[in-house]
Amino acid sequence: MAIPGQKQRSNVEELLEGIWKQNPVFVMVLGMCPVLAVSVSAVNALSMGLATTFVLVASTLLVSALRNVIPKEVRIATYILIIATFVTVVDYLIQAISLAVYDALGAFIQLIVVNCIILGRAEAHASKNPPLKSVINALGMGAGFTIGLLALGSVREILGAGKLFGIALFGPEFQPWVVMVLPPGGFFVLGAWLLLFNWLNIRKAKPAAIQSAEARA
Amino acid sequence: MSEAASLQPATPSAAMIRTLGIVATVCGILIVTAYQGTLEPVAANKKLALERAVFKVIPGASSVREFVAGSGGIEPAGAVVPQGAVKFYAAYDAVGALKGVAAEGAAKGYADTVRVLYAYDTAKQAITGLGVVSMRETPGIGDKIITDAAFLKNFVALDATLAADMKSLAHAIKTVKHGSKQNAWEIDAIAGATVTSKAVGKGINESAQKLLPLLVPHLDKLQGGK
Repeated sequence: MAIPGQKQRSNVEELLEGIWKQNPVFVMVLGMCPVLAVSVSAVNALSMGLATTFVLVASTLLVSALRNVIPKEVRIATYILIIATFVTVVDYLIQAISLAVYDALGAFIQLIVVNCIILGRAEAHASKNPPLKSVINALGMGAGFTIGLLALGSVREILGAGKLFGIALFGPEFQPWVVMVLPPGGFFVLGAWLLLFNWLNIRKAKPAAIQSAEARA
Repeated sequence: MSEAASLQPATPSAAMIRTLGIVATVCGILIVTAYQGTLEPVAANKKLALERAVFKVIPGASSVREFVAGSGGIEPAGAVVPQGAVKFYAAYDAVGALKGVAAEGAAKGYADTVRVLYAYDTAKQAITGLGVVSMRETPGIGDKIITDAAFLKNFVALDATLAADMKSLAHAIKTVKHGSKQNAWEIDAIAGATVTSKAVGKGINESAQKLLPLLVPHLDKLQGGK
């Protein structure tokens, strides 16, 4: 969200934007379709996060490198073409790496094409910034998305299957909360994480407000 | 954006088409490169996945070959399965003796199609193993078909003898209500997961009714297929 006239951001700020300040899952609440659908296990969440990060970084790099030669009338078509290309590439790569992961992610790999985080980054950031900055920002966004997915995926796998990354945690006596791996569980866990994040933000904002009030008094 | 647009001269149409054309060409090359580069590992992965699935339902097997059984007999499977023919897998042990035959069956389950792989023992004339190829059944309920020990016991020796005329099974394989299994060709459903259990039975029955009459008369062709 580079606003013209805003002061230049350092590379560290670019990286942290996606991981914390503008986390795509917890702050911007973007790309919820894959977040809710594939976060049934930590492995799926991690694979989806990495696949999305790859597409995000690669398409951002290309969009940013071509930003001065793409006429703005055809920019959306060009961005989508670039994004679709890298999604196809990642589709084949995942098939080559693991068919089990490919089957588990199903249609959601192809649906990365229409992931709003990626087109959003291309339009709002990469088209206005040099390649290095865009890539750093995309890496941060990708990492933020992966962390978000993993946060949901691990909680849902631990509660819903009693496992983490496929390793049983609680022994045979554990009764899994099946609802957690069903769609409602995705909403519950997402809601719980959003609650935590907002609470942390409010808590962080409060002392600052009190301090500034004291300073005025 | 609108201010910048009014300052800039209008983009010539040729520039738009040129940019899109060049980007599309580059993207095309990228896609072809990725496709060609992954062709071999993907094929190897698919073969490995198939072997793993077949070895799971036919323990002791060490190699798998694909065949089709049609009206003309048994042939090694090509790229396309001919009309009316059924694809199946023959599994062999280390010395090349036929261990068993596996084939896929599919039927509509609770959420989506349940695709199963079953093993057929040619000597016992029975279904001797069950694996799931793909399903989207409810976790913890429908997906018990791969974990429930009592349910899997149905597939230790599920009767699949052909009728005397060799045109169909002597007794259709079917899923019965939990706890009411009486015959060797019946599958005892999982309590609470009847729909999925039924899909398994239906999938196996439909596939076996079609495959076994085509396969059994030509079984000798499969021997020594190392």
